[in-house]
Amino acid sequence: MTTTSPPRTVSVELQESEASGAVVEAIERDNAHVDISHMPGLVRLASPHQLVIKRETVEAILGRDWDTQEFNLVIVTYSGNIAEWDEDQIVINWQERRRYR
Amino acid sequence: MKMKKLSLKEQYHVMTRDLDWEPSYVDRKRVYPYVEFEGIKVHDWEAWEDPFRLTVASYFKYQAEKERRLYAVLESFDQSQSHLRLSDGRYLNGMKLFLTGLTPVEYAAYRHFAFLARHLGGPAPRFSALCQSIDELRHCQTQLHTFSIFNKYYEGFDNYHQWGDRLWYLAVTKSYVEDAMSAGPFESLVALSFSLEYLLTNLVFVPFMSGASFNGDSASATMGFSAQSDESRHMTLGLEVVKFLLEQDEGNVPIVQDWLDKWFWRGYRALALVANLMDYMLPTPFMSWKEGFELYFEEQMMGGLFPDLEFYGLRPPRHVDIAIAEKEHYSHQTNFALYQFSHLTAFHTWTPSPEHLDWLSSKYPQTFDAVHRPVWEKAMRAAESGNRYYNMGLAPQCQVCMIPPIFTEPGDPTKLSLRISEYKGNKYVTCSDGCKWIFDREPEKYIQARTPTDRVLQGLAGGPTIPEVVSWFGITEGVENRDYVGSGDHKSWTEWQQSLTLAGGQQ
Repeated sequence: MTTTSPPRTVSVELQESEASGAVVEAIERDNAHVDISHMPGLVRLASPHQLVIKRETVEAILGRDWDTQEFNLVIVTYSGNIAEWDEDQIVINWQERRRYR
Repeated sequence: MKMKKLSLKEQYHVMTRDLDWEPSYVDRKRVYPYVEFEGIKVHDWEAWEDPFRLTVASYFKYQAEKERRLYAVLESFDQSQSHLRLSDGRYLNGMKLFLTGLTPVEYAAYRHFAFLARHLGGPAPRFSALCQSIDELRHCQTQLHTFSIFNKYYEGFDNYHQWGDRLWYLAVTKSYVEDAMSAGPFESLVALSFSLEYLLTNLVFVPFMSGASFNGDSASATMGFSAQSDESRHMTLGLEVVKFLLEQDEGNVPIVQDWLDKWFWRGYRALALVANLMDYMLPTPFMSWKEGFELYFEEQMMGGLFPDLEFYGLRPPRHVDIAIAEKEHYSHQTNFALYQFSHLTAFHTWTPSPEHLDWLSSKYPQTFDAVHRPVWEKAMRAAESGNRYYNMGLAPQCQVCMIPPIFTEPGDPTKLSLRISEYKGNKYVTCSDGCKWIFDREPEKYIQARTPTDRVLQGLAGGPTIPEVVSWFGITEGVENRDYVGSGDHKSWTEWQQSLTLAGGQQ
């Protein structure tokens, strides 16, 4: 059975700081429909279906090497499912169906 | 010869999962004696995913960096006397509630995850549990360090352990975590990692951090952020455990559903204290409980997560409709209960200012003016005429969540909600359909719960009179408890603000 429903939003919330600025900017560049809102000390980035954080983009903004695991230092919370986290990108989406049994 | 650098995924496999071995001369069941008795079936532990892919080396590297950043802020906050620039002295009472309610839970979680790090049946969840165990100890320590700054100047920060252990309203968080720790390993994971960390944690930490930031408390805000960056990992563990159990065996589905039903309600009830904090204890409020609940629970969980889980045969938790109906009243009823019993609290209470009442009206347009504003106005009139209302009785506490019967029937804010169960010839009181359902499902467990009120009636709480009970709680009468106005904290705060003004400072 397939159902069509409105796109579900995924989101990530980051500490609003010098350290997270480049990541916020990279998310804006790489996610066309991102919606950004601010709360005291926090920035929330929400997007339909999926959010991608790309190492290359963050590095281009920062002008230095950036390890995707540095994302651990700025993330506060997220909504969705971390579908991929490797050396090149982090992908948050709602889960594709996976079953191994 | 230069070795090829391993990818993140390969590194994670080599440095964590591949270090595991199958026991050869001891039976597996003796090595992992707790993984079967709950009825959960696991066929393939290797199917467990950990998207964070941390190794011991990367875990410590990033945790150390988090600590460096946090302690730099704490140092600077302390050195520049930043506590004087908080929104108001009242603000710190919310932090006292946080310290006494949550910090002991962090410590308990550290102990429990150490147990899970030994006893789960696969290397990936054991490693996740190990990291989480160390995280929880770090949270406990960083909270104590942060609040030790305030302890130099304010009352109510110096005896968190005894208060957390004995105080009636802190029995709510204490019983929550003890209930989880005394469950089997999988149930405790659904309780702590899924229901608390994934479903509900945003409602605890995000308002807390943003609230701290909004009220000028960069120390607690940074401490919260630092902890919450670990929570994202804990959330992932919570989501993974549920999906893993559901995928492993069809027979796990009804078991997990029961746990979800139970632990959603247990967690939601414990959040009554947070609802109270968001709506009443921040002098500069920024997000109401209702708004937080709608965003973080209704939109993100009911709208986002549960459609995913439906595929596995899991439905949204039982009694969620009651939680949604209660959002109009939850914080108001909780704060008024704390206000009327504040001779028995280790923080100060107050009636909301006129501006704060208007803020509440704007956030709860359908109910606040009709139902809750009149209660506060009556309390203010009583206080002004010298008859500040204290409830000198002893309230029964719900046998499950430990909250006295302060909530009303869904749909009728004039009628108190109370449920009675009978078991082996005794009657047990619960506060709601949610807690009654939990009690009736496991009566043998919950009849053993001893509420602080029970202890008083059994003569185990210092004596039969209020002053004796206050002393047994570890409260010094007139120091940590009762109203903010007229308290030692209030006097110090006013004096310090006046000297700042004289010195040409702010305010």
